[in-house]
Amino acid sequence: MTDTLLSVRDLSVAFHQGGDTSVAVDHISFDIRRGETVALVGESGSGKSVSANSILKLLPYPAASHPSGAILFNGKDLLKASDAELRHVRGNDITMIFQEPMTSLNPLHTIEQQIGEILELHQDLKGPAARARTLELLNQVGIREAEKRLGAYPHQLSGGQRQRVMIAMALANRPELLIADEPTTALDVTVQAQILELLKSLKDQHGMSMLFITHDLGIVRKIADRVCVMTKGKIVETGPTAEIFANPQHAYTRHLLASEPKGEPPPSDASKPIVVEGKDVKVWFPIRAGFLRRVVDHVKAVDGIDLTLRAGQTLGVVGESGSGKTTLGLALTRLISSKGRIAFVGQDIDAYSFGEMRPLRNRMQVVFQDPYGSLSPRMSVADIIGEGLKIHERALSDDARDARVAAALQEVGLDPATRWRYPHEFSGGQRQRIAIARAMVLKPQFVMLDEPTSALDMSVQAQVVDLLRDLQRKHNLAYLFISHDLKVVRALANEVIVMRLGKVVEQGPAERIFSAPVEDYTKALMAAAFNLEAVNLSAIRQ
Amino acid sequence: MSTVATYAAPPQKGWLTPIGRRRWQNFKANRRGYWSFWLFLLLFGLSLCAEFIANDKPIVASYKGEILFPVLVDYPEEKFGGFLAETDFRSDFIRDEIEANGWMVWPPIRYSYQTVNSNIPHSAPTAPFWLMSEEERCSAYPQGAADPGCMLGNLNWLGTDDQARDVMARMIYGFRISVLFGLVLTIASALIGVSAGAVQGYFGGWTDLLLQRFIEIWSSMPVLYILLIIAAILPPGFFILLGIMLLFSWVGFVGVVRAEFLRARNFEYVNAARALGVGNGTIMYRHLLPNAMVATLTFLPFILSGSITTLTSLDFLGFGMPPGSPSLGEMIAQGKSNLQAPWLGLTAFCAMSVMLSLLIFVGEATRDAFDPRKTFR
Repeated sequence: MTDTLLSVRDLSVAFHQGGDTSVAVDHISFDIRRGETVALVGESGSGKSVSANSILKLLPYPAASHPSGAILFNGKDLLKASDAELRHVRGNDITMIFQEPMTSLNPLHTIEQQIGEILELHQDLKGPAARARTLELLNQVGIREAEKRLGAYPHQLSGGQRQRVMIAMALANRPELLIADEPTTALDVTVQAQILELLKSLKDQHGMSMLFITHDLGIVRKIADRVCVMTKGKIVETGPTAEIFANPQHAYTRHLLASEPKGEPPPSDASKPIVVEGKDVKVWFPIRAGFLRRVVDHVKAVDGIDLTLRAGQTLGVVGESGSGKTTLGLALTRLISSKGRIAFVGQDIDAYSFGEMRPLRNRMQVVFQDPYGSLSPRMSVADIIGEGLKIHERALSDDARDARVAAALQEVGLDPATRWRYPHEFSGGQRQRIAIARAMVLKPQFVMLDEPTSALDMSVQAQVVDLLRDLQRKHNLAYLFISHDLKVVRALANEVIVMRLGKVVEQGPAERIFSAPVEDYTKALMAAAFNLEAVNLSAIRQ
Repeated sequence: MSTVATYAAPPQKGWLTPIGRRRWQNFKANRRGYWSFWLFLLLFGLSLCAEFIANDKPIVASYKGEILFPVLVDYPEEKFGGFLAETDFRSDFIRDEIEANGWMVWPPIRYSYQTVNSNIPHSAPTAPFWLMSEEERCSAYPQGAADPGCMLGNLNWLGTDDQARDVMARMIYGFRISVLFGLVLTIASALIGVSAGAVQGYFGGWTDLLLQRFIEIWSSMPVLYILLIIAAILPPGFFILLGIMLLFSWVGFVGVVRAEFLRARNFEYVNAARALGVGNGTIMYRHLLPNAMVATLTFLPFILSGSITTLTSLDFLGFGMPPGSPSLGEMIAQGKSNLQAPWLGLTAFCAMSVMLSLLIFVGEATRDAFDPRKTFR
């Protein structure tokens, strides 16, 4: 028992709101030994972050409470500890890294101030000693030219660098336990791979324990010694990582493991009619400077891309954030202005005004990334789906429109009787289905799918992928599928464009690109996405 | 696909959407605001019927077998044997004539806002009747305390002002005109301000830049001096005053609405609507306006009380409503120049503070109702 660092016993967390009590965590127990990495896996809403936050009592008390349980850290119950004792533990013995490196650093303080504050609080280090330690930490987390970075503000760093700074802050006091709450979810795949390797090596160096919270099973397999699978506030299965992956006992674990997107993309067929064609498509945003706001340069978000999309086929556009893939999609659907020829079913549409585009809008549709943001919270589902019909098929009677809405809902696998409800009554996956129904009800020929699965849980992702493939087959749809998630792209796209900084890195049939990538950048991307390995760093940084 | 039957009408759960219902619950949960809301509605409703509460004409009268409605219809005095174009029902002669040939039902207060009480015991302003002995308060009537005219409806409950007009009646009418003025001004400036803010926020760019500069110049004008200058040229009146104040008050809404539209115009559901081919006007009205309405509605009660205060202060300065119209500001001015008659100032003060407090409480409850993060206990 002496090597047990943290022991969570029978912990429950309840939230009270307006007389209602909801139990977010329901009698969970797990142990973390010294030097061990334990992963808490589950889908959104399973209570994994709440469990982690309650270890340091970071929940919004008194709205949250613990009806039962104890959290023993080195034999001491943190739930019963006073505020002063907790402050000593926080940031010193136990530290946390959060998901969003953008918001977890104070934007008004330099890197040196932020790390220095922790050193001063817990170790009373000041002046040159603090600076030396800060530099040492920054070097440890792999920030190059650390001296130059000391005076940098968070916005001057990239997402990966910010997360490295967060890790440096977490390590500053040589904690015994590091809690990492989805530390790589907001990062690009290549950066994610680097951060994971960094965390792993740091943990080994310092002999820390780590509690790793994630929804991504790939990461768990890579980093964790033991796994706790959580669903609906309960831990349903606990065991060594290899064992759980090889021989899952609980039905939910099996379901989770089986939920990688599967299936084959449509076969390439050059005889099908061309739906969308782009020639040298460019989207340049001007950079203005000086008193007269003259254009001095351009941000080349999309810089000369050619593509052809045929009916019943899927063109996948992959790339890291900032590579211009969404901008390309918006340009092709003429939602932003661009240069270069864009043809839709043989019609040159690049010079069309918004009004001239309107009659074509029903034939080209868009599904957006965030199912929470893309549905107006103040409209019922029937109104949301019927809105397009009101514009494009004005002659439709109310009853006929209602029938079309119901049919569309049924097609995406939702009960038509739900159409009087409001979006907030639906889960993320159901909302994305509603968004798809909104596009499908107009019977489009071309659908731009902008990261339609990124905001969804893994198992829901697989269902949405299946749904999209079925719809494509049934209606002979042309998809432009934009995603940073290569697994999903592999399951859907028969052609792939790899984009980087607005330019095409590699373009071709999906099979060839996935099995035998030519460019170094593509290789690095594949390794990071499928094996979580950081290779070819020079190709990524360039 | 024809298996999908058309479903019956949506399940009706009252006229409110679920969000609306939650907001109503939040509104009700603020007890003070909720009761203020009903109390204010009651007072406002009563003041709308001011003619039936305080008037110098009977509500119904019967004269020689004919039923008359003097509140609604102007009868020439000829009808009752007099000679004025409009009957003075308060005069002894007419009263005796009608009561000899029928009956009259009077409102509880027998004064309108401009009725002069000719039976005041001493020079105006006179104190509320309950501050005087019975003999004193009836001393101006021909038969003293025994005079049938010296009864509750004819006594001045809150005294008279310096022109011997009943303060209670003036307060009721003054309350009504203040609230009406405030309401009309608030609604009109909300309409203009929200439209301007919506256009600015939605289109952005040059539209936003030019309008924003215009608003900066416009709102830096010295409103009070402009009001004084215009009041010197144009005859003062309800609508002229409203128009002048409207010129400047709409600016207050632009900021919030513009910010809300700027924020929301790139929301994904707005982009989705754009991709559906929805026109700009419809997007603004259907998708963006509801967002901005939260800020606007929260603002509304405070703007309302602000407009009422402005009107009152203009009246106080003498640049408001035309002389003779009932107004709380004018009553305060009278209170200031007649310090020996504290009932003037006190009445106006109480009326103003009750009205403004109620509105502020309602405003607080509205703010709670629209606060999406609001939780209770």
